[in-house]
Amino acid sequence: MKVLSPYKEATDVILEAGGEPLKLCYQCGLCTGTCPWNTVRSFMVRRIMHEAQLGATDFAAEDVWICATCGACVQRCPRGVEIIDVMRAIRRAVASLGIGVVPDALRISAKNIAGVGNPFGEAAEKRNDWAKDLNVKFFAPGTEILYFPCCVPSYDPDTKTVARANATIFNKLGIDYGLIGTEAKCCGEAIRKAGHEETFQSLAQNNINLFNSKGVKTVVVSSPHCYHTFKNEYPELGSKFEVLHTTQYLASLIEQGKLKLSREINKKVIYSDPCYLGRHNNIYDEPRKILQSIPGLELIEFPDAREDGLCCGGGGGRIWMDTPKGERFSDIRVEQAVEKGADIIALACPYCFLNYRDSVLSMGKAETMQVKDITELVAEAMMRE
Amino acid sequence: MEEVKIGVYVCHCGVNIAATVDVAEVARYAGTLPGVVLSRDYVFMCSDPGQDLIRKDIKEYNLNRVIVASCSPRLHELTFRRVCESAGLNRYLFEMVNIREQCSWINEDKEANTEKAKALVDAAVRRVHYQEALEVKEAPYNPNTLIVGGGIAGIQAALEIANSEHKVYLVEREPSIGGHMIQLDKTFPTLDCSQCILTPKMSEVGSHPYIELLAYSEVQEVSGYVGNFKAKIRKKARYVDESKCTGCAVCMQKCPYKTDSEFELGLTKRKAAYIPFPQAVPNVATIDPNICIYIKSGGKKCGACIKLCSAGAIDFNQQDQILEVEVGSIILATGFGLMDPTRISQYGYGKYDGVITGLEFERIVSPTGPTGGKIQLKDGREPESVAIVHCVGSRDKNYHEYCSRVCCMYALKQANYIKEELPNADVYQLYIDMRSFGDGYEEFYKRLSDEGVNFVRGKVAQVTDRAINDEEKGKLIVVAEDTLLGSMLRIPVDMVILCNAVEPQADAGEVANRFTISQKATGFFLERHPKLDPVATPTEGIFVAGCCQSPKDIPDTVAQASAAAARVLAMISKGRITLEAAVSAIDEEKCSGCKICLELCPFSAISFDEEKKACQINEALCKGCGVCAGACPSAAITARQFTNEEIVAQVEGVLV
Repeated sequence: MKVLSPYKEATDVILEAGGEPLKLCYQCGLCTGTCPWNTVRSFMVRRIMHEAQLGATDFAAEDVWICATCGACVQRCPRGVEIIDVMRAIRRAVASLGIGVVPDALRISAKNIAGVGNPFGEAAEKRNDWAKDLNVKFFAPGTEILYFPCCVPSYDPDTKTVARANATIFNKLGIDYGLIGTEAKCCGEAIRKAGHEETFQSLAQNNINLFNSKGVKTVVVSSPHCYHTFKNEYPELGSKFEVLHTTQYLASLIEQGKLKLSREINKKVIYSDPCYLGRHNNIYDEPRKILQSIPGLELIEFPDAREDGLCCGGGGGRIWMDTPKGERFSDIRVEQAVEKGADIIALACPYCFLNYRDSVLSMGKAETMQVKDITELVAEAMMRE
Repeated sequence: MEEVKIGVYVCHCGVNIAATVDVAEVARYAGTLPGVVLSRDYVFMCSDPGQDLIRKDIKEYNLNRVIVASCSPRLHELTFRRVCESAGLNRYLFEMVNIREQCSWINEDKEANTEKAKALVDAAVRRVHYQEALEVKEAPYNPNTLIVGGGIAGIQAALEIANSEHKVYLVEREPSIGGHMIQLDKTFPTLDCSQCILTPKMSEVGSHPYIELLAYSEVQEVSGYVGNFKAKIRKKARYVDESKCTGCAVCMQKCPYKTDSEFELGLTKRKAAYIPFPQAVPNVATIDPNICIYIKSGGKKCGACIKLCSAGAIDFNQQDQILEVEVGSIILATGFGLMDPTRISQYGYGKYDGVITGLEFERIVSPTGPTGGKIQLKDGREPESVAIVHCVGSRDKNYHEYCSRVCCMYALKQANYIKEELPNADVYQLYIDMRSFGDGYEEFYKRLSDEGVNFVRGKVAQVTDRAINDEEKGKLIVVAEDTLLGSMLRIPVDMVILCNAVEPQADAGEVANRFTISQKATGFFLERHPKLDPVATPTEGIFVAGCCQSPKDIPDTVAQASAAAARVLAMISKGRITLEAAVSAIDEEKCSGCKICLELCPFSAISFDEEKKACQINEALCKGCGVCAGACPSAAITARQFTNEEIVAQVEGVLV
């Protein structure tokens, strides 16, 4: 029989890495019951908390890397335990102390981010190549808005459309905006959740110094992950700029009458709340308002929407790891969208975009189901002149 | 003027003060201050030897001022005032300095603490030079009692007091007394029938010569002070003459208009003319003006009840009445509310017919309830399986952090209802921790285990009808982690009972304001001390009993109600109250009659004398808060014991 003894040193490692909230856990298991993983595989969140409390954590286990940080458990935890902070602390212990194994895919992305400032390992100079033919200027002191698209739309060939749609809208409206130079690096949100704290600190410092030195006051971002860290984590490290997600910015332009959507899109559109826009930052209405402003568009909802929205599976560094077929949340969502009779799945996050695009392709639904960022739909719905 | 002779006593409080304050140094320093004839430090000033020390010194050294530097005045000011009095010194010549809560407990730096303690003692020494002896007066205590709330707490307290032949006004806002307890089928852990044990008490209240029952009434306004409160009570129009109505219920049978029954929690309907339940006290009908078509049509339509009432009790000309009563004590027994479980949308209350609350289940099981006591679903089927979900909004930071204290036990009791009537039904208790701490409770838990109830340790994540296999089709699936197995569970059931949290009444805040008492962070009424005075409130003469103070079960409620009654009887028995002497006084010569103080006084203690053209203070009502003294533009008002000289001297002591 396996007999455990509490191992205080292991608990201390986790506590020091930021796992302090785990002390509050009273082992009710609501987190396990709420966690979407348990609809497709076993992931005992409560047991991870208890193992950490007793120092019985198996740092080499696969479980260390499963959590997609969607926040569903945190939202409902009766003791208010910041479960994501605990998961991050366990990962930090592995990544910084080498007491376990970082999965290969994650290790490569982490290395790329630390080395060249983006997860793809692409050259920093190519960061703004997506905008080459679009006549976009660079941010200079005095420019009103910095547009920061996230590494994925900057480098991923299929996702570039999101950044390009955004630039097209801004150009048409004559908005005074610019792109940051190629010194910019990944925001670091996901790599921090994946336990690479030092990498995050250095990325954040680089970006904060860069933005501050250029006099950036307002940043518009396409990714809820950039939004989250800029809004909630960078200020502690000395950032001084305001951040808006594109859906917030576009919704405000619509409200002020500056952005008019007059071309009909006669489609049934289903919107998937990104975890980092919704649960993490409480932005549910703006994306819906934008979609409802598009003439002809019929907005429908997933069975689990808003606060209950199902994660795409891409948070917490999972976007760089492989999720086996049969365990992909975005597959479940695509099925639900088909069942609901949707023509288009509307998104507001580049990670969701990657996952949903893969799901639609691998499920053979690409002919009947489109995956689009809200920005792309807005660009389409603007009058062509 | 008599020479000021001050004795200063610095308390060690064991190590509570002495560990971080150099008490000997503080005493030495005090001895150097003007007017101080002796200063000592002692290990426990509140102990008998400590008190004797003060008494002895007062006599031996002719002390006429005493200062004790120790803990908070809330704790021991009264103790030391009594010591002074017993040695012949007026209580207002005593001053207390708090060097524990305000000094030793809040800082580790002994040197800094000692300096602060010295400054505080210095301030007190300067202050007492100006303190004067004040005359302590007494007022008679009105032996009548107002009890608000006619649940088991109010009923118990009312009977205890009335049985000693003192008058009680029992105010209940519903048409009948009985509260939540009369809605229950049985009571844990003994399984006595709730109605059987409560109705004798209810009818005793209804007919008691010393109880004036004011049902369908609400207290609107309270003024006065301990021993002499005045309350205005709104007696709502029933449109039925209580003295004539025989409770025959003909009006109820013939009335054609219906609405959801409050007593049956909307599980069935009641009429516009109604008696909420058969054992109601008073057993008289009430006509609901929101439903009655006769009232709504201005007397043009219906009127069936008028024609059919053989007692001639129907009276549509009735108006709300305002009654004024004078009482010495008030007991609040206003009970609790239950959290609306639709707030936790994932539990499906209001969405699935099979999801009900614990109290609704009590009504379903009750022989007088909507199904005549048959356990059944909305569609009439008997449930084959039932899940009882604990901690619905309790022990949960997102709703109520506290434990509701009754759910574990009533969940066991309800499992017993099911096992008695439907022995083949499967019952699942989904709990976080089983709390069966009361007398006979653990034994009851064991008994239910023996009856074959399933216990699953895990907080329910979701109740859904989305089946993933044939077995789940047509069922409600309760999803939770079984934390003891470390595995996910999906339990298909027909009925889900939610143990929704006990919470303060929706209008607890307004009631607290009306009676000038406070609420705790939870919203329940604040008691004077959670352990040593759980029945009194910080407002003298106002007591609390039952769930308005915190969630509790029937045995605890009855105990607290009896305790509240005992406290009231003790006050009545003494028959008089001591009035605070440290109150404000107006110099009528200086008063310009501007009435600024009149508006500001929170206790309505100031009136204007038209003849003298000056304001006057009712010393019985004044609490000595000093607002008037601070605001008076002619400096005509003095707050006794807080005169300008006293305060300035004290401030100097701290600053210099």
